[in-house]
Amino acid sequence: MRKFVLKRLLLSIVILFFVTFIIYVLMRCLPTSYVEAQAIRLAQQPGSKPVEEWLAQLEAQYGLDQGIIPGFFQQLWHLLRLDFGDSWKFTIPVLEKFSQVIWISFAMGAVALVLELIIAIPLGIVAATRQNSGTDYTISAVALAGISLPTFFFATLLKLVFSVKLGWFEINGLHSSAAIVGNLSRWGYFLDGVWHMVMPVTTLVVISFGSLMRYTRTNMLEVLNADYIRTARAKGLSERKVVYHHAFRNTLIPLVTIVGGSLPGLFSGALITETIFAIPGIGKVSYDAMVAGDIPFSFFYLTFMAVLTLAGNLISDILYAVVDPRVRIS
Amino acid sequence: MSKENDKRSGAQAEQYSLNDDRRIKVLSPGALVAKRFFRNRLAVAGMIMLIVMFLFSFVGGWIIPYGEDQFFYTTEYQKKEYAGVTENSEYRYLIAPEQELPTLVRANLGLALGKQDLITYKDVTYHINTVGEALYTITADDGTLLGVAYMDIINPVQSGASFSFDFSYNALMTNARGGGGFRADGQDYEMDDSGLITDAGGEEVANVGRIIVQSRISGRIIPQAFKDRVAEAIENDETEFTLTVDGQLREYTMTYDPAKDLYSVLEDTPTQVYDKYAPTSKAHLLGTDGNGMDMLTRLMYGGRVSLIIGFVVIFIETVIGVILGGVSGYFGGWIDNLIMRIVDIFYCIPSMPLMIILGSAMDAMRLDPQLRMLYLMLLLGFLGWPGIARLVRGQILSLREQEFMTATEACGLSVKRRIFRHLIPNVIPQLIVNMTMGLGSIIITEATLSFLGLGVKFPFASWGNIINEVNDSYVLVNYLNVWIPAGLCLLITVLGFNFVGDGLRDAFDPKMKR
Repeated sequence: MRKFVLKRLLLSIVILFFVTFIIYVLMRCLPTSYVEAQAIRLAQQPGSKPVEEWLAQLEAQYGLDQGIIPGFFQQLWHLLRLDFGDSWKFTIPVLEKFSQVIWISFAMGAVALVLELIIAIPLGIVAATRQNSGTDYTISAVALAGISLPTFFFATLLKLVFSVKLGWFEINGLHSSAAIVGNLSRWGYFLDGVWHMVMPVTTLVVISFGSLMRYTRTNMLEVLNADYIRTARAKGLSERKVVYHHAFRNTLIPLVTIVGGSLPGLFSGALITETIFAIPGIGKVSYDAMVAGDIPFSFFYLTFMAVLTLAGNLISDILYAVVDPRVRIS
Repeated sequence: MSKENDKRSGAQAEQYSLNDDRRIKVLSPGALVAKRFFRNRLAVAGMIMLIVMFLFSFVGGWIIPYGEDQFFYTTEYQKKEYAGVTENSEYRYLIAPEQELPTLVRANLGLALGKQDLITYKDVTYHINTVGEALYTITADDGTLLGVAYMDIINPVQSGASFSFDFSYNALMTNARGGGGFRADGQDYEMDDSGLITDAGGEEVANVGRIIVQSRISGRIIPQAFKDRVAEAIENDETEFTLTVDGQLREYTMTYDPAKDLYSVLEDTPTQVYDKYAPTSKAHLLGTDGNGMDMLTRLMYGGRVSLIIGFVVIFIETVIGVILGGVSGYFGGWIDNLIMRIVDIFYCIPSMPLMIILGSAMDAMRLDPQLRMLYLMLLLGFLGWPGIARLVRGQILSLREQEFMTATEACGLSVKRRIFRHLIPNVIPQLIVNMTMGLGSIIITEATLSFLGLGVKFPFASWGNIINEVNDSYVLVNYLNVWIPAGLCLLITVLGFNFVGDGLRDAFDPKMKR
């Protein structure tokens, strides 16, 4: 087991090495004129360092004066020391900005994931137990509709209905102006934030519960067709016991794997949703940085995303081996 | 009736014996799949959605009378400053030929006019003779005419024309008399009571009046009728009036600026502008967008772009995925290991952020929209294949172990035949399902990028960049006809692909009992 984990970990590191190499090459392929133009433009904002200093920093960090291979290793050296330089757009070190915004994204993602699980798993079980019934059709259609909804369209619709027409929520932002000015107590400030999170979280849940629900349904169907379920029924167990005790427990194996694998994704933020609702999480901040041509932040974000994907794969592989007693790794 | 029925069943019983093959309806595997597919209501609904959207996008653009980038115009009335009107309140001087009135003399005269009969300046005496209201002639001691001080101004009808002293003098004198005929420079002129001077041929030459009307639009000559109307309006304290100019009824608004003692006349001028955000009408069933283009047409062409991009990208993905996945699965060993690690690497590259970075770089470089679209397709294709490669490899790995593959080997079939006749056909069902579902997600990805303004660019339409207009919150609230239909098209198409993909998955699965 330990050997397996170690092997997977080493493999992940090798993959990460190549991924950062590809990202590095792509960044170097950006035309210099573009990089310089963006640096000059962003250097004009208040609190920014002069553009020469930035370009010098860029050169030192990414080894732009060297060839691609030595430059990559120079950059890797900085990367290993978690030195990502200063963000051009936010004029503070990249990691500082990151630590400021990551928890907003994490909270949003975590709440959305919990809601997703609460909605998707029971629906998936119901759909599987009543396969091909009207309920199954309806649930499947709703789930597929959720998957098919473009995030930006659904978010815009929510804005139109609940902010503009009904006026229940504010159209965007994490806090209302009253909260920013400081007229609210700590608790009030928190509630204000929660209030602003309702629409983004709804968007996230509606867009992504479908795939989890379908995953539950497929796995549940597979389990329900298994021999031991027939045995359980033949024994005369109640349908309730068969479904929730015998079948669902076995469905949990793939579910735990996939949910475990999606945990690192909580840190990746929701790029589109955050941008549309102007929630200052990692997604929106990265979007702003990327659109502005902020090379240090963009590079950091791409690397970070790759690490998260790898971590997700690793966790789900390990969980699969741990949870399922039928899988034994030699 | 019952007799007939009896007869028929009797005939059937006669025709086929119990173990006759013809009593059993034989369906090919393809027909079985089709049968299962068409039994699935969701799949059929999805299929209908897709057919409708395809017809809408590909046939619709051909039927609709408008072009993809055809602009529509409308005339809008804008108030433009047309003329400035002042009432002259200062004396002006007309100086007789070969005489002079120095500036200081004029200044002194200005003070004396109407009050004194003569002024003396530097030992020269100037006599002031009143001719009429605000009109004086200045003469020397010996009675020679030096000049005329006047307030009524002679405005030439033809702008830029200048008049001789003789003409001006006679015109002013006639005006003081209240009109009539006069002769100047050997020609006869006629002045009516409003001050309009016509020559012998009836041609309008000039106009004498206290009001000065200056055109504020270069090149436009102000007609006499307008000047008369303005004078009347000032007299009656009107602020708005209409006048027929060049056969068109126009509306004018007058404002008075007391500081400058100036009336300015604004004219409602028809200006041709883009027909932006027009409401739904017969000509534009869904109205027009922010560029003055027909919304329905844009939707149709946008559908074309979105669908074509989807198909091209899925084609690239499938070709790369099938080749690499197939090679990996069939040969196994170190080739498999190598290819799968490449797949892992590509799987880790965050494609959306990457597309955003490259998109904004392309924005800054002002890349040609057509070239951009090509890059978009290539990038999406090259970033999206790992999923398909994994699928194909997995399928081939499991198929390779099955008995029928051992049988093909035992029969001595060539490798080529084994791969293409026995392996690939078994992978295709899964592949088709994956491609159908993949098409939906590619269309969403493209639409998202276009929505962010980093995908398909104007002048090309795409459902995503049509919705892009909601970034203007005014459009979001007020012009639902601009963005809701595009969103619905997107939703219906993607939903169609997902329904069909889902139905196909069930239909291809032989374990399904339905």
